[in-house]
Amino acid sequence: MIRLATCSLAGCFGCHMSFLDMDERFLDLVERVEFDRSPFTDIKSIGKCDIGLVEGGLCNEENLAVLKKFRENCVILVAVGACAINGGIPAMRNHFSIDECLAEAYLDGVGIENPQIPSDPELPVLLKKVCPVHEAVRIDYFLPGCPPSAGAFEVLLEALLKGETPELPRNFIHYD
Amino acid sequence: MASAAEHADLLIERMGSNPLQVLIAIQKAFNHVPGDAICRIASALDLPLSRILGDVEFYGFLSREPLGVYSVLMSDSITDWMLGSRELFLRLCGNLGVSPGVTRSDGLATVGKTSCTGMCDQGPALLVNGIAVANLTGDRIDAISRLMEKKIPLVAWPDEYFHVESNIRRRGWLFQDWEGAIFEGEALLQEMTDAGLRGRGGAGFPTAKKWASCRDAPGSERYVVCNADEGEPGTFKDRVLLQHCAGRLFEGMALCARIVRAKKGFLYVRGEYRYLEAHLENLLAARRDTDFEIELHWGAGAYICGEESALLESIEGKRGIPRVRPPFPVTHGLHGMPTVVDNVETFCAASAIAAGGGREFRSLGTAGSHGTKLLSVSGDCSRPGIYEYPFGVSVDQILEDCGAGNALAVQVGGAAGTCLDASEFGRKVCFEDLPTSGSVMVFDRTRNMQEAALNFSRFFARESCGFCTPCRVGTEILAQTMERISEGRGTGEDIFEIGNLGNILKASHCGLGQSAARAVRDMLKKFPEHFEGTVK
Amino acid sequence: MKAISLDGIMAPFAEGHTVMDCALAANIPIPHLCYLPRCVPHGSCRLCTVKIDGRFASACTQPAMEGQHVEIDTEELRQLRLSLLRMLFVEGNHYCPSCEKSGSCRLQKAAYDEGMLDLHYRPWYPKREMDASHPDILIDRDRCIFCELCVKASRDVDGKNIFGISGRGTDTRLVVNSKSGLLADTDISAQDRAVEVCPVGAILVKGLGFEIPIGKRLYD
Repeated sequence: MIRLATCSLAGCFGCHMSFLDMDERFLDLVERVEFDRSPFTDIKSIGKCDIGLVEGGLCNEENLAVLKKFRENCVILVAVGACAINGGIPAMRNHFSIDECLAEAYLDGVGIENPQIPSDPELPVLLKKVCPVHEAVRIDYFLPGCPPSAGAFEVLLEALLKGETPELPRNFIHYD
Repeated sequence: MASAAEHADLLIERMGSNPLQVLIAIQKAFNHVPGDAICRIASALDLPLSRILGDVEFYGFLSREPLGVYSVLMSDSITDWMLGSRELFLRLCGNLGVSPGVTRSDGLATVGKTSCTGMCDQGPALLVNGIAVANLTGDRIDAISRLMEKKIPLVAWPDEYFHVESNIRRRGWLFQDWEGAIFEGEALLQEMTDAGLRGRGGAGFPTAKKWASCRDAPGSERYVVCNADEGEPGTFKDRVLLQHCAGRLFEGMALCARIVRAKKGFLYVRGEYRYLEAHLENLLAARRDTDFEIELHWGAGAYICGEESALLESIEGKRGIPRVRPPFPVTHGLHGMPTVVDNVETFCAASAIAAGGGREFRSLGTAGSHGTKLLSVSGDCSRPGIYEYPFGVSVDQILEDCGAGNALAVQVGGAAGTCLDASEFGRKVCFEDLPTSGSVMVFDRTRNMQEAALNFSRFFARESCGFCTPCRVGTEILAQTMERISEGRGTGEDIFEIGNLGNILKASHCGLGQSAARAVRDMLKKFPEHFEGTVK
Repeated sequence: MKAISLDGIMAPFAEGHTVMDCALAANIPIPHLCYLPRCVPHGSCRLCTVKIDGRFASACTQPAMEGQHVEIDTEELRQLRLSLLRMLFVEGNHYCPSCEKSGSCRLQKAAYDEGMLDLHYRPWYPKREMDASHPDILIDRDRCIFCELCVKASRDVDGKNIFGISGRGTDTRLVVNSKSGLLADTDISAQDRAVEVCPVGAILVKGLGFEIPIGKRLYD
């Protein structure tokens, strides 16, 4: 059985929602693949997999660690969605320093009570800049879109399950 | 003191309507170009504001933000690096307590970097308020720092600091004492054709053909322009020619003007050679040719203006963006009129042929490259300087003459040129083999060519005009890639990517982008061991 | 009639025509961004790069000449176009999901046509100034690709000369011809050709965002 893992780094889970939009076709898929680490299974650590789907870019140390684990364990790693590919909306914070961002969110923003910057040691350290996943590891395929449509997921996985190179038709390529 | 705007009015009255020259004068007087001066110049010359603002933000020696009373630009050429410029730069910043590029809070000094200043045979060098100081040492940096802290004006600094050597090591045909012109007009064109004179800038277009085409092109005005904007790292022969042979240069321009019927000529000199201003102005003032006037036009820190069409844009007072070609300057040049643009060495050679005929010239050199070539030799050798050779001289011969016994690599033609390893030192300088404007930089066996690759890639990113996509973005990606490699963060993919970038850059609008990855690719290919250790 | 070969198809041309003119007349597509018919071409985006007798040239500026063999749809040129598009994306801030122009953006369309799935290079995330001073029109410099179409349209069609290009290299930027540098201090109007010609979402009419539903837009 083909093993598939998915994760959302600095993303919004919108790509995962779109993946689920495959609806009844998703039922066919689960007949053919076994999900490893994924929000769908709630498995927290990844084992050896054939395919890994990564949603979201890198905004903190944890993202980076998860991505590296995915790369180590997946034969084929796919960057899914705008944030994984170009940083996306989270990368809009790159125009500001981390201090500015934290101050805006936790100190000076509208409607904040008891202003303080969270500092729990469990919270992952923020990276200076949000960046796309291909800056940190080798990526085998890219599935653009915000989010990629269910049809695009289908085309991608159909090809990968058959051991073919995915060729996204023109009408499935979009960036929004 | 008058406000910058009032000063601009005066300058326009005195200097005429060239915005770039006015801006250079404003920068000198106020250490920056204030916004009100930009507005005043635009309205006085009836130009859009963006034209004037565009100049200020394009030329490296102009600044919208106030610079220090002393504005220092350290020459950042690879030959300066090899002589320790990076350490001296940090020392100067440390002495003055400034960060690179940030003006000190009391307004005393700004210390930054600039591309090659053309003092490669006597580096490291810097420009202070636009004037060159060469032969820098730690002691000299400390002394300069003290002078600045004491606010001693430049005129009171020791003369020796501003002394520039000519270092003419080998004289040949061109450096003879030529008499006045015997040949003129048609006869001169014939002599030049028979002599086989081709442009000395590197491209090698037959000079007589260019002049005749300009003469025959329709137009109400015609111009003769001398390109003395030599910015190719490692080139300084025009500096020496301007110092020693400016009279012959003007004669060459005037001979050309008589042929093409031009009344007006321009000598475009790179801003780095500002120290030559009085010398050149005096010689121009002493000229007695009322039919042909030569105007001095200063560059302001933009390598791209050495490209002839960008140079014409710059004389017209615009940003130095190379034009679409065709049409070529010879039919559509300055102000759209037929224009001859030639290099300093070419005009000097033309006037020498006018004096002595083309026969001797023809007899020198190779079958396809007649005459001699001035070479600017720098880097790891005991006798850097100017060498005049007949075309066809081998790299080996040059190395022997300049005292480079331990050469690992020779970069011919500057950052845009070719990197040779020892197996290629038998190659010859001529249009058929190694065409070059004359830059020869020697690297000995203690050098790591990765440094040169890093330096050259940063150079092109700094000097790209930004007009076309492949060059604007590609040179920057190339520089970032080289920086990653130098910092030990490079990967095998980065090395592969450099090859790719080279192909993409070939789609650039002009030669700057097209040749930007050439040397780096040469170095990767010929000295892979200099890169392997630092790549994961 | 004189003719040139475009990927082996003979296309006639008249004196003064460019390779792009011939291709358009012969209905042979050459991707382009900074070129617009009836506007003086300058060849800055280089997307229309073709190979003529072994050398790269921008089709929009290259005069057609008898006997030219022009390559357009080759693997090498497809790769080149893809790289150029990626370069345009990484040097700016192109967040399609939050851009009103998405769906009718020519940069986006060109990237779709070339099958661009990723950026390949590292994005630069430059910080560029926005100009929201004008009541009807917005300049979002994050998306500007320096095609200069607004500069030319404002000068040559609208007769207002509102835009210019300043800076150098990666600091190249679109500027406005007013003392304040702001669009509010110009006489631009939302009906100006300069606004309409912007191929990307750099010059936008305010209050019109996301009018057409996704799926029904020009390039969906």
